[in-house]
Formats: sequence, structure tokens, C-alpha cells
Amino acid sequence: MSSSVAQRRSKGLIWFTTSFVVLWIFIAAGPFLWTVWGSFKVQPDFFSKTDWRNALYGVMTTAETGSAFTGGGYYGAWVEQEFWRNTINTGIVVFFTVVISLTFGTLGGYALARSGFRYAFWLLMAGLVFRAMPHITLVSGYLLPFFEWNVWGKLSTTIIVLVAINQPFTLWMLHSFFLNIPKDMDESAMVDGCTRFQAFRYVIIPVMWPGVITTGLFSFLLAYNDFAVTAVLLSSENQTMVPRIYSFLGTVRETGDVMFAVAAVVSAMVPLFFLVLFFQRQIVSGLTAGAVKG
Amino acid sequence: MKHRTFFWFILPSLAAMFFFIALPIVSVAVQSLFVEHEQIMTEVENCGPFKCETVLQVDTEATAALQEEAPLGRFNGLGTYTNRKHLAFKEVGVAWDETETLGEFMSELINLPFYKALFFTLTYTAVVTPFVIFLGLGVALAVNTLPRIVKGPTIFVSLLPMIVTPLIGALILFWMVDADGIIGATLQRIFNDPNLSLKASTPLTWMMLIVYGIWSSTPFSFIVFYAGLQTVPSETLEAAKIDGASRWQAIRYVVVPYMMPLVVFITLMQLMDNFRVFEPIISFSASAKATSLSWIIFNDLRGGDIQLFGSAGATSILTILGVAILLSPVLIRTWRDFNRKRA
Repeated sequence: MSSSVAQRRSKGLIWFTTSFVVLWIFIAAGPFLWTVWGSFKVQPDFFSKTDWRNALYGVMTTAETGSAFTGGGYYGAWVEQEFWRNTINTGIVVFFTVVISLTFGTLGGYALARSGFRYAFWLLMAGLVFRAMPHITLVSGYLLPFFEWNVWGKLSTTIIVLVAINQPFTLWMLHSFFLNIPKDMDESAMVDGCTRFQAFRYVIIPVMWPGVITTGLFSFLLAYNDFAVTAVLLSSENQTMVPRIYSFLGTVRETGDVMFAVAAVVSAMVPLFFLVLFFQRQIVSGLTAGAVKG
Repeated sequence: MKHRTFFWFILPSLAAMFFFIALPIVSVAVQSLFVEHEQIMTEVENCGPFKCETVLQVDTEATAALQEEAPLGRFNGLGTYTNRKHLAFKEVGVAWDETETLGEFMSELINLPFYKALFFTLTYTAVVTPFVIFLGLGVALAVNTLPRIVKGPTIFVSLLPMIVTPLIGALILFWMVDADGIIGATLQRIFNDPNLSLKASTPLTWMMLIVYGIWSSTPFSFIVFYAGLQTVPSETLEAAKIDGASRWQAIRYVVVPYMMPLVVFITLMQLMDNFRVFEPIISFSASAKATSLSWIIFNDLRGGDIQLFGSAGATSILTILGVAILLSPVLIRTWRDFNRKRA
């Protein structure tokens, strides 16, 4: 394949494309590397007015703590500011959001894929509109009723809201995935005497996992990355990581411990890093699923 | 599938969407017709050691009782929509009458909060979307020429700006361009201006936000284009080469036409995403220079001591209308496709 005419290219072109890719990698990854490295320094190093190289070598860090690296930011964030509580909250919210979204979504997506009636189409269209709406527009509708019923600020309320906001996307994704599973499979099971649910349970569920995992990854990202819903709907003791980092920005700047926020930001990035590392192929296929097929 | 079975399968999902998406929209619409109660004032006699004077004071108890009785507030009709904070009909009319040129009128207009936000949102969308498409296509073409062994790691790194939480990604960039950060401090040294701050000037703030937008959205278009490139048949490319097409011509006349449906897809996704630009404004603390509709809603709910439900509701409804207008071409197209498939 590499010997075909279309693939042959000149030295200059190889040089150009390679440097372009290197530049792109630098732009894409540079900020992350810089912040991860800098999170182990003290504030005068990471935000150094005199010389940016201070952040590389940790000049002030060595002067203040005696070593070129310090876990001071992490200690401040996790122990003093009790960031671990927010981590646990995020874990709870994300886990239940993903599990419930996928349960509802597989049932609904399967039904939509197997029903040729007009209302199935209208449901999908409504889903598309719901999906495009900024989440914050819905949030203002939740607040008054939630105050009235006294359910504001609880993790369970937020989970249900995130599940609902997630549904349009989950339905669309799983619907197009179930369309690719041949109809004959479950229909032949039904000819053999299964009910529709039995056909779903014994024929479809065993083969649906690739699609469910891909959809689950995106549900995870939605719940994990959400700021608009969690910032407004959670009381301060139930905050998840992202709104907590936001409230760090206000309090921490006053006390001069920006490094707490930097450490918290790096901590919150770690799970995402591993997610991409292990599920890169699924993420790529999920992103392109809607596009390449048309 | 029978109607009954369909109903039971879809029920949980439908119930969730009905109660937490459809009903809240109704609730937002109702809220937008009301405004907060005025605080009830009472006259209190304040007696100091020398003289007594009457002052007006907020009657907290009575205000709370009123709030309890009618939590929605006072009925205001469409008043909230037309007031200065939203569509500002009166102010726009005045500006229209008093200004001579269109330019003057526009500069009056963007002083009004709603139009200011709309103006930023539209500029952001209009600048970020083309950049994202061209940059993404460029990166995809370049990565496609790499040897197989480095492709995987390159894609891994490229995904990071998009996958990472928007609030966090924007914060990371903000810390770098802030006056004390690596880029901010270096710029100060280059221009020899110790007071240079990207935060202090409106054009620079907008540029920062747009740079963040391009940085965080390019991975998406890169991935989509990259996947699309794998479907371009190599026979066609080879035939073009044999017919004497240069590399550039092959890209221009063979690859790009293959990519056109993807360009449409990416543009639509970008329009939707950029229309709700919100987190970077929070992270860059840029709200004095640049606001968006989503930020206005958030600020009404979280900004002050009193939550302005009416105001937030009105902005939400206007935003939803904007999204509906933006989406209408897609909806019409999907409707046609659906009918064609059925026929």
C-alpha cells in the first residue's frame, strides 16, 4: 500500500506535515503538562513574574520547602479543604447517572429502533431539540418547584435531573446502534415463542454491549463534566468536584492559595486521562458514529 | 412492534424526559411572566439620645410572609421580556431615533445586556466555527500521513482538550495567560509593558475566549475528518494522480468533496455547542467584558442575594427560541429523509 503512487511524497512535504503535527501536539498537550508539572510547585513559581523557568526548576519551591517538588497544593486541597468529599459525591452522581441512563436508554432506544410508526420519529425529533438546548435554561425551571417540595440540594435530585438531560443523547445513540442489529434476530426468537421482552432479554442484551459501552462513556463525560446543573442544584455540602473547583476560585484567591485550586484541577483531570487512555477507540467510534454514516 | 409493547419499553425514558425537560420548560415559561415581590417597607421611629427620626425599613417578616403566600412573585405579563435587561424595546427605540448612522446605533445597542451577550455569542460562533473546520481538516490530513505506530498516541493527545471538563480546560488556559502566568508574563516582557493584562481589554478578552473555543473544539472536527479520510477510496486518488493532478489538486478536487457532508455535520454541532458558550466565561472571569445568554441566566440564579427567577426565565425562553431557529434546517431535512425512507 505504501508503494502506491497516491502515497508517495516528497521530503519537504514530510518535513512540513511532521512539524505541523508536532506543533499541534504541543498546543493540545502543552497546557496540561505545564499545569500538572506546576501543581507540584509553590505559587510564586507557578505564577512567576520574574522568570517563567522558575516553574520548571522550582527555584522558589526549593527556597520555601527545601525540595524542588511539593505536595502542598494537594495537601491543602484534599485535607484542609476536604476535596475528597467532593470526589465521593462525583463518584456517586456519575455512577448512578450512567447506570440509570443506560437502563432507560437501552429499553427506549430498542423500542425506537424497532418501531416504524410516525410517533417514534417525533420522539426522536423532540430528543434532538432537547439535546440542543443549553442545560442552564432548564435549570431555572427546576429551582422553584424543588424549593417548594424541599428536594433541592440533594444528590438524588441531581442524579435524576442529569439522567433526564442525558436521555435524548442516549436514545439517539442507542437507537442508531440497535438499527444495526439485524431485525431477524429478535423476530426469529419471537417466532419461536418468545415475548418481545424475552427476545430483548435473551437475544439482544448479549450482543448490545459494544454500543452500550460507547454510549456509557459519553454519559459518563456528561455527568462528570457538568457544571451548569450541579452548580445550581447542589447545596454546598453535597457539591461535586467541578462546582467545588468553581467555589475554590472565589475563596482561595482571598486566602492566596491558588495552588489548592491548581491541585484540585489536576486531580479532577486524572480520571479523564485514564478514560481516554483505555477507551480511545470507543470514544473515536462514538464521535464519528453520527457523522460518517450520513 | 405493537403500540402497547412500545409504550412499556419507552415509558421510563419518556417519563424522565417529560418530567425533567418538558415540564421545566413550561415552568420556565410561567416563571418568566412573574417578577419578584417588592420588599415591604415600614416606617420605624429611631430614637437616639437627642432626637427621634422616622426611617423606612424593610419589613422582613411581612416580605417573607408574602413570599410564602405567592412564591412565584407578582404577575408581570410580558414586562420582563421587554425591560432593559432583555429585549429592551424602549431603549432600542430611543437609540434608533437618536443615532444617525448604523454604526452608532450598534454601539448603543451592545451596551444593553441582552444584545451585548447575543453579540458576543454570535461573534464567538462565527469565528470559532470556520477555524475549527480548517484546523481540524489540516490536522487530520497531516496525521493521516504519519506512520501507523505514532497515529494512536497522536490521537490520544489530540482528544484531551475536548474530553477534559470545559471549566477545567478553560481554567488551565486562563492560568497560563493570566498576568502572572507563563504566556501573560512573557507577553508583558515582549511588549515591555508591566501593566499589560489580557483581562483588562475587551478585544483581548474576546480573543482569549475564542482561542479557548478553537483549542477545545478542534479535536472533534479532527476526529470526524480523520475518520472520513479513511473512507476516501484510494483508487480515485490514484486515478487523479495518474491524470496529472498535483497533491494540492488531489486534495482540493477529490478529498474535499468527500468531506463536504462532514463539514455540514461539524458546522451544525459547532453552532449548537458554541451557542451555549458558558464555562470559559466563568473560568476566565471575563463577565465584565464578554457575556453570553447562558451566563446571564446563571448570573440571575447565582449572582446576587435574591434569585431573579422571572429574569432568568425570560432569558431562558429567548435562548430556547434561538436554538429552535438554529435547528430548524436540520429538523426540516431529517423530516424529509424520514418521509423518503418510508415511501
